Amino acid sequence: MNIYDFKNLTDSIHASLSVNLSPTAVTIIEFIIIASAFMILFTLLGLVLVYAERKIAAFFQLRLGPMRVGKWGIAQTAADAIKLILKEPLVTKNADKFLFNLAPFIIILSTFLALGAMPFAKGLHALDFDIGILYLTAVSSFGVIGILIAGWSSDNKYSLIGAMRSGAQVVSYELSVGLSLLTVVILAGSLQFSEIIASQETGWWIFRGHIPAMIAFIIFMIAGTAETGRGPFDLPEAESELTAGYHTEYSGLKFAFFFLAEFVNMFIIAGIGATVFLGGWMPFHIGNWEGFNKIMDFIPSLFWFFGKVAFLIFLMMWFKWTFPRLRIDQLLRLEWKYLLPINLVNILVMAFIVLMGWHF
Amino acid sequence: MEEIATNKNTGKPLETQEYFINMGPQHPSTHGVLRLLLTLEGEIIHNVEPHLGYIHRSIEKMCEKDSYTQIIHLTDRMDYLSSHMNNEAVSLAVEQGLEVEIPDRVKVIRTIISELTRLSSHQLWWGVFGMDLGAITSFLYGFRDREMIIDIFEETCGARLTMNYNVPGGLMFDIHPNFQKGTKAFVTHFKKKLPEYDQLLTENVIFELRTKGVGVLSKEDAISFGVTGPTGRASGFSNDIRKHNPYSAYTQVDFNEVLREEGDSYARYKVRIQEMWESMSIIEQLIDNIPEGDYKVKTKAVIKLPKGEYYQKVETARGEFGVYIISEGGKSPYRLKFRSPGFSNLSALNRMAKGAKIADLVVIMSTLDLVIPDIDR
Repeated sequence: MNIYDFKNLTDSIHASLSVNLSPTAVTIIEFIIIASAFMILFTLLGLVLVYAERKIAAFFQLRLGPMRVGKWGIAQTAADAIKLILKEPLVTKNADKFLFNLAPFIIILSTFLALGAMPFAKGLHALDFDIGILYLTAVSSFGVIGILIAGWSSDNKYSLIGAMRSGAQVVSYELSVGLSLLTVVILAGSLQFSEIIASQETGWWIFRGHIPAMIAFIIFMIAGTAETGRGPFDLPEAESELTAGYHTEYSGLKFAFFFLAEFVNMFIIAGIGATVFLGGWMPFHIGNWEGFNKIMDFIPSLFWFFGKVAFLIFLMMWFKWTFPRLRIDQLLRLEWKYLLPINLVNILVMAFIVLMGWHF
Repeated sequence: MEEIATNKNTGKPLETQEYFINMGPQHPSTHGVLRLLLTLEGEIIHNVEPHLGYIHRSIEKMCEKDSYTQIIHLTDRMDYLSSHMNNEAVSLAVEQGLEVEIPDRVKVIRTIISELTRLSSHQLWWGVFGMDLGAITSFLYGFRDREMIIDIFEETCGARLTMNYNVPGGLMFDIHPNFQKGTKAFVTHFKKKLPEYDQLLTENVIFELRTKGVGVLSKEDAISFGVTGPTGRASGFSNDIRKHNPYSAYTQVDFNEVLREEGDSYARYKVRIQEMWESMSIIEQLIDNIPEGDYKVKTKAVIKLPKGEYYQKVETARGEFGVYIISEGGKSPYRLKFRSPGFSNLSALNRMAKGAKIADLVVIMSTLDLVIPDIDR
């Protein structure tokens, strides 16, 4: 069971560092290692997801996508990244320069903090708070402040409209994300990610939680897509209406930050979905089929997590490339008149099921 | 009691105010250099004021210096998606003045190519409409099928968009030997693909939410604004020139004028989709029955129209396109006036968009199917 446990690796690093160094120095070095690991992961995720998005979109649209830079266009996103870094960072004349420059960093910070709480594999988990889910919803929601600041400080009416839409949208859909996660928290009896994963050893919650868990999962995917501002919910950007919404005036690296944050946010939403509903890095187990479960255990936990995440990301890309965009009032009506009431009833049903001990 | 937010400095209650926004001349969904001055309250539109002139080339004035064959070239550059129909309108007007009898072969070929042009225009419109709604995939589906038509055009007359295939008295060349085969292949292909369009957009819940009841234009308004084409027909205004004033080979074919009563964006969408089926049926009726004969009647090298006034209207993909020629007997007209469908259709925009949201304006504009060089001549 423990052949792929990353705890062995982290423990051995900790032990070898502790030989010559004081505990404070060890802690600092470990901080630096983890921080650099996350920065690398962040960039890699951006590169891979942008490439995947372009290729998947291309296949939906009967084209090939990037093909020229490198074999199958693999180096295309790297080339784009270099282009973005070298571009001139423009600031509009009447923009509030301090806020204008601050906004992308708030967004990227929120994404970064959320990424820190992701349980990537067994033993590979940087922040495992006992209030993990609360922490994650909290940090991932303050990205909207960055969007609002960006829209306000750009001195552009299109940006402002985009930012106001984004504010209304993210604040509304936050509720559904939170409530659908709570449905599983009731089942698992904990807010801590490691415990939620551990509770799914005999089966993922989406299968064990009857229909309410399924409903919660569907609502989570809808609301999560809306929170990242993608797919049919990309009203804050809405290129056919608002040219580019809140980041109309941004260029170069600051634009790249918005762009990157969107993709990493997608990863985070898919990551939470995979962890809470699909068992995180937990292999696919069926009750007490010993043989089957053993075989599944041989697939490393890292693969399980990233496989599930990739599947959910593919779903989100699928939404984006097939659906038309909603209008702002329809978007809010969907949340307040449909998703939220359904969610509230769903959570009550789930609580009742748990109370009666009807779940598997 | 309801508490009203007050201004800290003055102590007066906070007020909301209207604000202006310039949509265009460079904007992704005005599809060209159209500038709309929007008066907004939040996202709600109070007034839309189109500002024209960004692509004005004074085509009508240029026509006064050009010969009649040269004028046809200029009409390509107006509504470039219905270039063949524009050419046909000028040719028909000149032929009216010359009083020549046009061979049946020419009439049939002109009609087939007109319908192919209408199909290609509607395909492009469908793709772009999806894109304006945020469903970018439809754009590429539309272009995939349009490409086949454009290839047929290229084979027939060498040009893909600005065709200039008509000349007064007939056609510039005879059709290519592959023309019939290619057109038939296209119709069989597109009959399979058109239901795909419905699957991708029409039956989508979000699509229906976005278009049903959006931008309603009543029949009375449609008539008083002179809104023609699919836009007018979606409001129940029967205005198909192919039915009411048939020209070329439209008398020989059996087709329906697509009419709907709702007058909203969804109706305009459905009318265009249905028109694609009708166009295919017209092509099928004619493609095997192209009569033998000349592709052109001999006209003088320099065409001079007798003194008088000539008017010819045709149904383009956007509506009624009229050519009004006043001749003093010279080799170029004394005055030439184009009645372009886009200009009249745009005039109804304010009526349709009032009270709607910004997102709706994009939908309404897209269902008007504007081509800006057609509005600004």
